[in-house]
Amino acid sequence: MSQIRLRRLNKSYGSGARELHVLKDVELTIEPGELVAIMGSSGSGKSTLLNVLGLLDDYDSGEYWLGDKLMRALPERLAARYRSEYIGFVFQSFNLLGFKTAQENVALPLYYRGVSRAKRNRLALEYLERVGLGARAHHLPAELSGGERQRVAVARALIGQPSLLLADEPTGALDTTTSDELMTLLEEIHRSGITMVIVTHEPDIAARTQRVIRFKDGRVLPGEAA
Amino acid sequence: MLRAFGWLSFSALDELIGTLRRKKLRTLLTGLSVAWGTLMLVVLLGFGKGLENGIVYEFRDDAVNSIFAWTGLSSVPYAGRAPNRDIRFLNDDFAALRRSFPEIEHLSGRYWMWGEFSVRRGDKHSAFDVIGVHPDQRFLEKTLMTAGRYVNQRDLDERRKVAVIGSLVKATLFKNEEPLGQNIEIRGLAYRVVGVFEDEGGEAELRRIYVPITTTQLVYNDPGRIHTLGMTIGGADTRQSEAIERAAHRLLAERHQVSFDDARALRTQNNLTRFERISAVFRWVNGFVWFVGFGTLLSGMVSVSNIMLISVAERTREIGIRKALGATPFRLVGMILAEALLITAVAGYAGVVVGVGIVELAAEKLTDLAYVRQPSVSVGIALEATGLIVLAGALAGLFPALRAARVNPVVAMREE
Repeated sequence: MSQIRLRRLNKSYGSGARELHVLKDVELTIEPGELVAIMGSSGSGKSTLLNVLGLLDDYDSGEYWLGDKLMRALPERLAARYRSEYIGFVFQSFNLLGFKTAQENVALPLYYRGVSRAKRNRLALEYLERVGLGARAHHLPAELSGGERQRVAVARALIGQPSLLLADEPTGALDTTTSDELMTLLEEIHRSGITMVIVTHEPDIAARTQRVIRFKDGRVLPGEAA
Repeated sequence: MLRAFGWLSFSALDELIGTLRRKKLRTLLTGLSVAWGTLMLVVLLGFGKGLENGIVYEFRDDAVNSIFAWTGLSSVPYAGRAPNRDIRFLNDDFAALRRSFPEIEHLSGRYWMWGEFSVRRGDKHSAFDVIGVHPDQRFLEKTLMTAGRYVNQRDLDERRKVAVIGSLVKATLFKNEEPLGQNIEIRGLAYRVVGVFEDEGGEAELRRIYVPITTTQLVYNDPGRIHTLGMTIGGADTRQSEAIERAAHRLLAERHQVSFDDARALRTQNNLTRFERISAVFRWVNGFVWFVGFGTLLSGMVSVSNIMLISVAERTREIGIRKALGATPFRLVGMILAEALLITAVAGYAGVVVGVGIVELAAEKLTDLAYVRQPSVSVGIALEATGLIVLAGALAGLFPALRAARVNPVVAMREE
């Protein structure tokens, strides 16, 4: 069974003459454990695709299968549950809560799963250590470097033990060296068996994945969607 | 159910206080407007209660459901009788009322011992009101016996010279001696003290001496004469009570051949009517108090709601992130609602406490204010106010919370 399967998926924004057809008959299959890059110029629809994959956004027609479940017109409550159970996010702008320490940020997804505080904090520390930030657990995001912040975000994405990690331009706000380090970390994590989809416009990053899916004008360019 | 109230858990509270702490000044100002609202409500209700106490105090010493009748000179001719007749109640009137009105629970005539005289015992003497009464007078005046007994029917039948004295009479004539069985001298005749009483009516009533009405009629050589009549009417409501008052008035007017409308010849007064009239005024005042207090509280609520809306708008990004991390709309509604509830509950409670303090202080300082007596906040009112606060908090948080639940995470996280 595939991890992700999209069948003739369409999505538009707006309506009438101002309608913007963002995803056009997208066909896509990603196998469990794959490390895939999605590339495309800005406005190609790749971020929208990631949002659909992450259940942050709905689509108009077609099918999206996550594992053996059809993700279609989900009530918000259910989407929130699936996000919490199956999907981890890493964003370009980190999206850490500025008033919470690294440890609290990492623990947050478990809060919404009803895990006790003691257990969440213990696990959060464990995951921070895994990304090499055990010593920074009690720092606020503002006290961390960009690379460190993104590693906190990675730890937060992983703490719920998702089967799918979605990264939206994870190195977009980082310099070359830290980008390199972050990719090394993501590769390491990938080796533990998680499926990973990275949206990027940097060829260096894409080159380190197993497969590159190119997007243009809301379509997957042929020959590359297996 | 446990999941539903997850935000009530300890860590949720932690989450909450963290948020409020980040916006100290704003939280403080918002809380202040709620606190002011509950403070006003409590203070106003406290004084409303004081007003009520004042009214009850006015009626404290007589039975509320009582009717009194007294007579004077007739002012208009009636049934061929000339005016200026001296109308006088007699024992027959007493008997007629008893016969005709089974609704009357207690009935008593009164005969004031008139003239200049002092009451003596040995070398001690002072002027006291001495009144001849029927046994039921005790219920009309709400007299509280502290020792011995009241005037009874056998006293009346045998025209005994017995006296029931108020506590101040006892203090004057007996000091610390035992008064029961002792004699006191009233207008040169010895009366045996058979009872001592207290009365909430104040000093004047405690300086009274009650004796059998038949005895006073005898010593004044005024056979059958009754100065005034008083009666109580069980559990009658105002309408029934007024009907009985009219019927009794008509009966007495007929017996004495005076016009029903001749207010100088014969007059009745219904305490219940008076009480109801004043109570109605009080109810209006009380309603007004709630209206004003509630209005103030409402403006506090609106400001909480406003602040929470701003807060939600400011935290759109945070809410988006929380959603991406698996927060259900319900949890977000809970989060915002709990914030609103916490602000209103803490601030509102503080307002209640300060308000109660003010009312208590006022009760202590303003002891001689007319019409206001012992303003106080009952447990019931405090509970009502607390309930209102909780309701207010929930209502204030509802709209902001629903807005938070509708935040689109994609749009929210794009914001910087």
